[in-house]
Parts: sequence; C-alpha cells; structure tokens
Amino acid sequence: MAETRRSYLVDPLVDNNPITLQVLGICSALAVTSSLKVAFVMALAVTLVTAFSSMFISMLRNQIPSSIRIIVQMVIIASLVIVVDQFLKAFLFDISKTLSVFVGLIITNCIVMGRAEAFAMKNPPIDSFVDGIGNGMGYGLILMMVGVVRELFGSGSLFGITIFQTVNNGGWYVPNGLLLLPPSAFFIIGLFIWAFRTWKPEQVEERDFKIQTAEAH
Amino acid sequence: MEGLLSLAVKAVFVENLALSFFLGMCTFIAVSKKISTAIGLGVSVMVVQAITVPANNLILNGLLKPGALAWAGFPDVDLTFLGLISYIGMIAAIVQILEMFLDKYIPALYNALGIFLPLITVNCAIMGGSLFMVERDYNFPEAVTYGISSGFGWALAITAMAGVREKLKYSDVPAGLQGLGITFITAGLMAMGFMSFSGVKL
Repeated sequence: MAETRRSYLVDPLVDNNPITLQVLGICSALAVTSSLKVAFVMALAVTLVTAFSSMFISMLRNQIPSSIRIIVQMVIIASLVIVVDQFLKAFLFDISKTLSVFVGLIITNCIVMGRAEAFAMKNPPIDSFVDGIGNGMGYGLILMMVGVVRELFGSGSLFGITIFQTVNNGGWYVPNGLLLLPPSAFFIIGLFIWAFRTWKPEQVEERDFKIQTAEAH
Repeated sequence: MEGLLSLAVKAVFVENLALSFFLGMCTFIAVSKKISTAIGLGVSVMVVQAITVPANNLILNGLLKPGALAWAGFPDVDLTFLGLISYIGMIAAIVQILEMFLDKYIPALYNALGIFLPLITVNCAIMGGSLFMVERDYNFPEAVTYGISSGFGWALAITAMAGVREKLKYSDVPAGLQGLGITFITAGLMAMGFMSFSGVKL
C-alpha cells in the first residue's frame, strides 16, 4: 500500500508528467514563468488546490450524481481557489498583482479537473490527496525549470538575486530579452519535452506517416 | 466607436488570447490536428465567449461590485470575493443551456459543435476573457466587443495552428520532438509572428 502511495507521488514527476506527457495545465504554465518567485508561488497554489480538491471530491465521490458532477467539481475547485486568491491578496499583494488573472484561472486549469475526473472519482480520499500533491509537484517542477532558464538568462538573476551582473548595471552580461517575452516559454517547454523524451524513449509518440527511405534500384 | 474598433483589433491580434496570454492552451494543443475540427471548436469558443463575457459583465455590475446591491437596500455590501465562483457558474450554466437550446432548435449546428461544448466549460480562454473584462473594468459595450473579438482571435489562432500541423505531419521531425514537442515550438514561432502586430494602433 505504502508502495503505491509513493508511486502516486513520484510517477507524475517524470514518468507521467502532467505537462510534458498528459498535456494538462499548459495554459498557466507559460505565462507565469518569467520570474522564478512568481512561478514558485503559482506552483505552490496549484499543488494545494489540486491536492485538496482531489481529497474533497474523493470524499463526496459516492454522493455526486454523475450527470451534474462537472458542476459539483467546479464549485469545490472554485471555492478553494477563492481561498487561495484571498490569501495571496492579503499576504503577498505584489505577487498577486503579477499573477493577475492566472490565480482565477487555476479553476479551469486542466490539471485540477483532469485529476478530479481521472483519479479522485475512483479512489479513496488519502490516495487522491497524495495523487494531487504528486501532480502538482510535476507541474511545479516544469514551471520551476522553465522559470530558472527564463529568469537566469533573461534578466541575469534567480529569485530576484543577481547572479550575472547585467550590462545596464555595469556588469558583463547582456541579457537575452527574448526570454522575457511570451514565445520563449513555448520554445523552452518544447526543448524540455525533447530532453525528457530522449531520456525516456518510451514516451516518444508514433509518427502518423513513415518517412520512406530511398532505395537503390 | 473608434475606441471599440481599436479594442477589437487589439483583442484579435495584439492581445490574442491563445498566442500572447496562452489561454486555452490545453485544447489549443490537443484539438488542432485537423482544420475542420479546429474550425468547429473555434466557432464554439467564439459563440460562448460572445455570450459569457457580457453576461458576466452584467453580474459584476449588477450584483457584485461595491454598492451594486443598493437597489436591494444593501449599499455597503461588497461581494467581489464571490466573483470567481459566480463567473464559472455562469459559464457552466450558459454552456449547458446553449447545448440544450442547439439540440432542440438547431440540430444541424448541434451535430457540428455538440462534442466541443462540454470541453468549453474548462477552456481557460473563456474564463480568462471574463477575468480580463473584470480586471480592465470594461463597460457593457466594451464587454460585448471584447467577447466577440477575443473569441475570434482564438478561433483564428487555432485554425492557423491546425493548418500548420496538417502540413507538418509529412515532415521529418526528430523522434523526441515528434507530436507534442514540435507543436510547442510551432506555437512559439506563431506567437512571435503575432507579436509583430504589437506596434499596430488605430
């Protein structure tokens, strides 16, 4: 039993990562990664919401009629997100300004809904809670990796602490402005997917069409 | 009028929901394999967006804003903290009603769009549109314009993406990039293209 729980926690990190393999929750993954601090807060918020919503939905799973389950799940998720949103506004106002609409968008983050639908509706509360934490961490892992690349090379710092002294401040590092712009997030995630799949070749997708090699006549 | 026109152009090109705010990415990546399905989903998003953004605008101004409940005798009540749950409830309800309405009165359209409608409740672009409307404090005509044009922008982006991907499936992509990876990189290139609109002002 303990073994399965550990696998719920560890599997989503690389083997079944929500972003690189399940294609869930990309919506917000890209927009909040230009600074590491914001990415960290976002990852934490998503992990907490996923874990607790999975737990509550799993507690109610035998009571929810399947015809209205989406709305019930939405209400549970939305209530949790409101708690997170109010908390951020009260204690971390700067970050909540930077995140702007993306806190609210945790509601429609496919990871939360996806895990509720795919896991919490069929499994007991504690397992669902662990699964929520695991998937949240898998999401957070990608978020942080992208955040490190974007902040380090885009503005020469990590968590706001200068690592490379930039030219503007009399240093040597010329920051790569592209990395602070939205499109760079796509490239970085695309390259991470490439790296993950080179490391774990079983994740590579089938081709729709085989390339024919020219044969000698 | 000029203000509305410039808002519309901005919402379609400069601040495209899919390519500069990454909203609705899950469906954007998952449902963009064929042009015909992409158009179907795009049109559904546009329709739902055009209804929900103004509807949520009415909810915000009529029920939630500080002082909005003055007509009911509660001039000091501020319900904006209930915003998120009301918007998502509104979206879920509208999608459900639209589905039943199309099923009953316009079956042809229902057959074409029906499978996409449940997907739309959890599409971040819809929720994001409403939240941007709230954050930027649009009034009702602006909300209508923004709803229609941001939905159109999203539809345009997913259709273009599907066009690229249909061609892409014949090309020799490195094994690890096959599928998801190359789709991300394509989306990045498209986003860069859309950024060149950012100087456009009307």
